[in-house]
Amino acid sequence: MNALTNMGSTEKGLSLIAAVASLLSLLLYLPDTNKEAVYGLALPLFCIIGLLTAFALYRYRQARDHKLLGGVAVGLISFFGAWALLQSLGITETASGKVGPSFWLAAIAAWALAWLGVERLAAVSVHNKWLQGLLRVTIPVLFGVWLLVIWELATRGFEVPQVLLPSPSAIGARFVSSTAILWVDFKQTFLKAVLIGYAMGCTSGFVVALLIDRSSFLKRGLLPIGNLVSALPVIGVAPIMVMWFGFDWPSKAAVVVIMTFFPMLVNTVAGLSASDTMQNDLMKTYAANYWQSLFKLRLPQAMPFIFNALKINSTLALIGAIVAEFFGTPIVGMGFRISTEVGRMNVDMVWAEIAVAAIAGSVFYGLITLIERMSTFWHPSFR
Amino acid sequence: MQDAILSSESSMQDTKNVVVSTVVEARSLSLRFQTNDGHVDALSDIDLTIESGNFVSFIGPSGCGKTTLLRVIADLEQPTGGSIEVNGVSAEQARLSRAYGYVFQAASLYPWRTIANNVALPLEIMGLDRKERKARIKKNLELVNLAGFEKKYPWQLSGGMQQRASIARALAVEPDLLLMDEPFGALDEIVRDHLNEQLLKLWDKTNKTVVFVTHSIPEAVFLSTHIVVMSPRPGRIIDIIESNLPRDRGLDIRETPDFLSIAQRVREGLRQGHSYED
Repeated sequence: MNALTNMGSTEKGLSLIAAVASLLSLLLYLPDTNKEAVYGLALPLFCIIGLLTAFALYRYRQARDHKLLGGVAVGLISFFGAWALLQSLGITETASGKVGPSFWLAAIAAWALAWLGVERLAAVSVHNKWLQGLLRVTIPVLFGVWLLVIWELATRGFEVPQVLLPSPSAIGARFVSSTAILWVDFKQTFLKAVLIGYAMGCTSGFVVALLIDRSSFLKRGLLPIGNLVSALPVIGVAPIMVMWFGFDWPSKAAVVVIMTFFPMLVNTVAGLSASDTMQNDLMKTYAANYWQSLFKLRLPQAMPFIFNALKINSTLALIGAIVAEFFGTPIVGMGFRISTEVGRMNVDMVWAEIAVAAIAGSVFYGLITLIERMSTFWHPSFR
Repeated sequence: MQDAILSSESSMQDTKNVVVSTVVEARSLSLRFQTNDGHVDALSDIDLTIESGNFVSFIGPSGCGKTTLLRVIADLEQPTGGSIEVNGVSAEQARLSRAYGYVFQAASLYPWRTIANNVALPLEIMGLDRKERKARIKKNLELVNLAGFEKKYPWQLSGGMQQRASIARALAVEPDLLLMDEPFGALDEIVRDHLNEQLLKLWDKTNKTVVFVTHSIPEAVFLSTHIVVMSPRPGRIIDIIESNLPRDRGLDIRETPDFLSIAQRVREGLRQGHSYED
């Protein structure tokens, strides 16, 4: 009940904002003499539609039966607004003018409508499995696209210098025009240093964890040191690794190995002692030997911990490999490109590399999560 | 010819008599736990003999050491004094030769295994082949009325069904000795009555030895041939009551005078144990 009223008041506020902003935008637009050359006609059209929508939403906000339809409609209208804003921004830029209050008010209205759409969609409860899946994807996509729209409007509307923050469209254009370089860098940094280092670091961490588990000497001696080292910023060893293993990718893989080893070690050791007394006693009553209770009880029980380490390490590995390239590398690699292009003020290229890293990192993380869901389906957090 | 058959029959009778042997033998057994603030006498001077085919219940208030005693028999806990023999050998040797099946207070099924695979767990460890495992899974799940739930995961079943699955898992080992630690403690009364009846039938059919921990007087009297009444601080045996109820008993036996008089004796024993604290 409380949540409902809260949600109601949010909707109320947002629709009021949208209505007032679009009305003011229209009012400010009308007296402008050179309006068509400056903004085009799409913007006032959006303001009218936005005003009507906001009014309708405010008037009929109690009608909760058509949340899905309403959410989609409002979302689409907000996208129309985004398109209209970008359109008029383009016109203004070619006329080498500056956008005024009318433009920003329309932007606020569009943004409020987008929020309303997300709010409505998030409140939808459907029982159709496909529709549920679609919603789960739609809501964050709507959110993410609007984040980019705001970024674009803000950087271009306020004429932010490229060096400080390029607009998403500029980054996108740079991305498309330099896919060849990006691919070579991706191959060098991700496919070689990250993946190989990650595999080696995680495997060795896991194996050492098994050894530690068998020997109380190692458990008492090595584990506290492992805990200590895993808290250190190991990226500091990157220059030393470059001295040991040379300029090419093996030194970066070495940094990744060091960074991923200890999280895996600490997590696996914790996971191996996660089985409770009763489960261990059960194995004892069966007179199970070490390997039997390891494979049939303790490793399955440790799986959530191990996957946790795999997920933490997937991001650590990417960071490690990129930053390690700052300390010396052949003239290829994502970290190399970032450090040199920043020096040449090509910030859009830096952002393109960051985008590649973000996409690669997300896909990597997503894959591990997918495997985790399949293999630890039994864990209370998934079932 | 006739004679030969007769004599062989009588010799079988003999072997059956020989089989009635001592399963558990405890002599002045004691167990002292060391804790940060001194020590706790969990068991003190326990003398106990359990013959094969007996159904023995340990009853007493919580903290009286009944679970500890069961765990000592199972070699999950080591005594600090006295001796314990299971099947004529040390408790450890008995455990290593898989002499018993143990049912814990909670079902303790592995959530990543289906019900069938949970029952298969001890069989895999024992190294039985696939065919034998399948046969035992089927047989024991049927025995506890869980046929048809083979492919379910433990968390998809109710608490009572989980506990039945854990009993099937203990039975699948086909032990002659069954150690049960308050197996029905967390279940509601109706399910509990039902499982008690089933357990009794099973015991009657298979002639297993059962050691059963409980804190319910009716449960102990209904199930047991021998009731061991225990008392806390230090954990010790107050009384061992032999039941004269027939082996083959139904739930309505609980209304008979015999039953009530045994229950009365158990209650008196428990009260006597408690009088120390007043």
